[in-house]
Amino acid sequence: MQSAAEVNPTDEQYSEDDSDQYLTFKLAGEEYGVEILRVQGIQGLQKVTTIPNTPEYILGVINLRGEIVPVIDLRKRFSLESVEFNSTTVVIVVRMVNEGKERTIGIVVDGVSEVYRFEHKNVQEPPEFGAKVSTEFLKGLASVDEKMVILLEIDHLVDFNEITSAVDGSPSE
Amino acid sequence: MSEFELDEITEIFLEESLEGLDTMETGLLGLEAGEADPEIMNDIFRAAHSIKGGAGTFGFMDVSEFTHGVETLLDEMRSGDRDVTPDAVQLLLRTVDRLRAMMDEIQSTGQVDASQNEELEKEITTMLESDSVAVTTPAPEPKQVSENVATEDEASNGIELLEVNNVEGAEKLQQGDTRWVIEFVPHMDMLQKGNDPLRIFKELRKLGELAVTADSSEIPQLDALVPEKCYINWKLTLVGDVSEEQIYDVFDWVLEDCDLSVEEELEWVSAEDIKAIKDDSSAQDEVKVKEPSEIAQNATPVAEKEAASKATVKNEKSSSKTVKDEKVQPAKAVKAAPKESTSIRVSIEKVDSLLNLVGELVITQSMLKRFGTEIKSEDLKDLGDGLTQLERYTRELQESVMDIRMLPISFAFNRFPRLVHDICGKLGKKVDLEVVGEQTEVDKTVLEKIGDPLVHLVRNSLDHGIEEAGMRIENGKPEVGKLTLSATQEGGNIVIRVIDDGAGINKEKLVQKAIEKGIISADDQLSDDRIHNLIFHPGFSTVDQVSDLSGRGVGMDVVRRNIKDLGGRVEVHSEIGVGTSFTIRLPLTLAILDGQLVRVGDETYIMSLLSIVETVLLKENDINDIAGRADVYQMRGEYIHIIWLKEILQGTHDRSTNREGLLVVVEADGRRVGLFVDELLDQQQVVIKNLEDNFKQIDGVSGATILGDGTVALILDIPGLLHGCLSDEASVSGNEKHAA
Repeated sequence: MQSAAEVNPTDEQYSEDDSDQYLTFKLAGEEYGVEILRVQGIQGLQKVTTIPNTPEYILGVINLRGEIVPVIDLRKRFSLESVEFNSTTVVIVVRMVNEGKERTIGIVVDGVSEVYRFEHKNVQEPPEFGAKVSTEFLKGLASVDEKMVILLEIDHLVDFNEITSAVDGSPSE
Repeated sequence: MSEFELDEITEIFLEESLEGLDTMETGLLGLEAGEADPEIMNDIFRAAHSIKGGAGTFGFMDVSEFTHGVETLLDEMRSGDRDVTPDAVQLLLRTVDRLRAMMDEIQSTGQVDASQNEELEKEITTMLESDSVAVTTPAPEPKQVSENVATEDEASNGIELLEVNNVEGAEKLQQGDTRWVIEFVPHMDMLQKGNDPLRIFKELRKLGELAVTADSSEIPQLDALVPEKCYINWKLTLVGDVSEEQIYDVFDWVLEDCDLSVEEELEWVSAEDIKAIKDDSSAQDEVKVKEPSEIAQNATPVAEKEAASKATVKNEKSSSKTVKDEKVQPAKAVKAAPKESTSIRVSIEKVDSLLNLVGELVITQSMLKRFGTEIKSEDLKDLGDGLTQLERYTRELQESVMDIRMLPISFAFNRFPRLVHDICGKLGKKVDLEVVGEQTEVDKTVLEKIGDPLVHLVRNSLDHGIEEAGMRIENGKPEVGKLTLSATQEGGNIVIRVIDDGAGINKEKLVQKAIEKGIISADDQLSDDRIHNLIFHPGFSTVDQVSDLSGRGVGMDVVRRNIKDLGGRVEVHSEIGVGTSFTIRLPLTLAILDGQLVRVGDETYIMSLLSIVETVLLKENDINDIAGRADVYQMRGEYIHIIWLKEILQGTHDRSTNREGLLVVVEADGRRVGLFVDELLDQQQVVIKNLEDNFKQIDGVSGATILGDGTVALILDIPGLLHGCLSDEASVSGNEKHAA
């Protein structure tokens, strides 16, 4: 759980209109942020039921208070090196909107860290990396004490169109 | 849903209007079959009338104005001033369609696009202006009017309440005058709503000569009498140049609170009859209330009053000859008594949340059950008993809740008389539609989704199944084709059949086409059923189709897919020259499944008990390898294709080493295959949770459920699974490579 509820002390300086609050988390040494209004909760990683023939980054589904919620492994999604899940590994449950449909998904991260408020004007557009680097799930970059925070566009984290059949094509390994 | 939010009352108006439109449609179609039945005519008229009224109240003036024309037309037909011609019925059916479209517009935008009404409005006006040919009403038998409701006995004991005109007016009957007999039976609480019968009668008197008879037999003993309740029924006779509408207008405020019947006396009363009435009534005024002594005699405790009043009214009717005579009058009998509704309207959200709750309860129960098998102590027996009870109650609760969702399939079947009528009109064919078992109840979700596939099947049968009348006669069949739509419950399934007595499916053409399309190879030997079922193959849904099945770009594969989505299946049987029948099997409900839990590797999966044929223990030597491509198991002479579930679901199975376990033989789409699993676990009812909500529909998986330990288990969609790994050769051979 860490310090998810802790609010940045500089929070009060900004008005609601031109800034947003972000929950940040650690992933492979970098700090990422998701809009806090999208966050439904944070919970430990429980047993995940795998779903056949889905992209590797989709770990499977879990039971969230009676709802079936898919869980994605953000390290795999970003093609980062996989690590063993440990005691700080958590699932951040967020609401995402994809092609007009609202879904609840869980994202597995190394651990949550802070809640920051960023003014819109202090959020930079992600730089152009060229065609090789996909930036569709990047919303922008912000910094806290010289440290970079990568803000994520949750809505583009999962492409549900590439998931269709449990038995079609070669099995994923 | 759009941004536009309807308030609750408007929604009720829409719902009721749509019901009214259904009534009108059914009625209009009924009219067409025979001559104008006054009952039906009145139903239609009443439905139109309430839509008009409702629309006016809620400020949808366009709807109200549009309906006004329709109502006028209907009124003319009802009163016999206009023939019920097929053209008129056709026009009315189109107005029903337009009205329905308007309701949709209101639902989505809150407004009506009145510009689309013009054309129909013009047609209605034209029809209204055209010469209306009056129906010559068969002269009814002369009948007695003398025996008016109030018997002499009652009348003589009466004390005067109201001063009302005598029936003398009847003698002054003039040309154009109508004699109306109005039965006015207020509900007990009418007075409490501020409605005063006296005012109504005064209003009526302005219209013409009025005679009023009160039936006071219902009045209880004085000490049991509640002054606010209305115990009296009235029978009124109104003579004058009055239209029925005018009378109803007077009663407008109390229509909801009374049983009203307005009937026209067709036959002019003979002088003798009038005299009789006069004799009866001139002695006393017709409105009477019994004397206290009489009241005491007939007293009934107030508590029983409500129930008793109905029965009494009935007696009254049967004992009174006049009323009876009027009943058999051939035309223009009007019954305004609202039909008692035996159904309740429950918002689906409420039911769904209740269902979810029950789902949780079922989960809790399975959780408890697990402890029951693990705890070892003396309490175990009690715990077990308690659990058994919990299970029973849970199931009962569950069943009763499910029941709320069950609706008669007639909701889906109702549209077909119209559809068949329209299509036959277009095709110039004659077809009788027979609907069987429309009271069979199915889950609401099934009901909503089964409509479209059924429409396709019915259209297909009409279009391509049933032949033209000429050809039918040539083939020695009755000229009028027959289409049967039936629904029955068989075990845990609903079976819906669409049967026609048409030409049947031409096998040769079908096979030829399938070979052309590369769906089957020329030397394939297929059973008749397999051939017929080829029509569900997606390959046949292109524009270029076999001539006797076809053509509007909506393929039978869509039908099959829709039905499959509902967890059902569809089969076709056909015989050349005799007919074709489609059989749709659907689960009774979509929310709960009788499941068999199986273990494959580390995961638990669930398959529907219904799809399992049997389970066998698989030994190494039972497996035959066909040219390294597929494994089969010989079961009592039948070769069963083995599907290594672990391989297709988890991609980790090594066929060469792990060959002993259980083979669950399942049947789907008429094929049997064996699914290789590691272990059979419990059988239990599972609540089906949707994967789509937060994820996506995945072929081969029909949903998920939550097990007793809180983890998620996937429910396998057996037909989808088989389709995925059997029809697609490429993927099967891909798996072969993987296994090698």
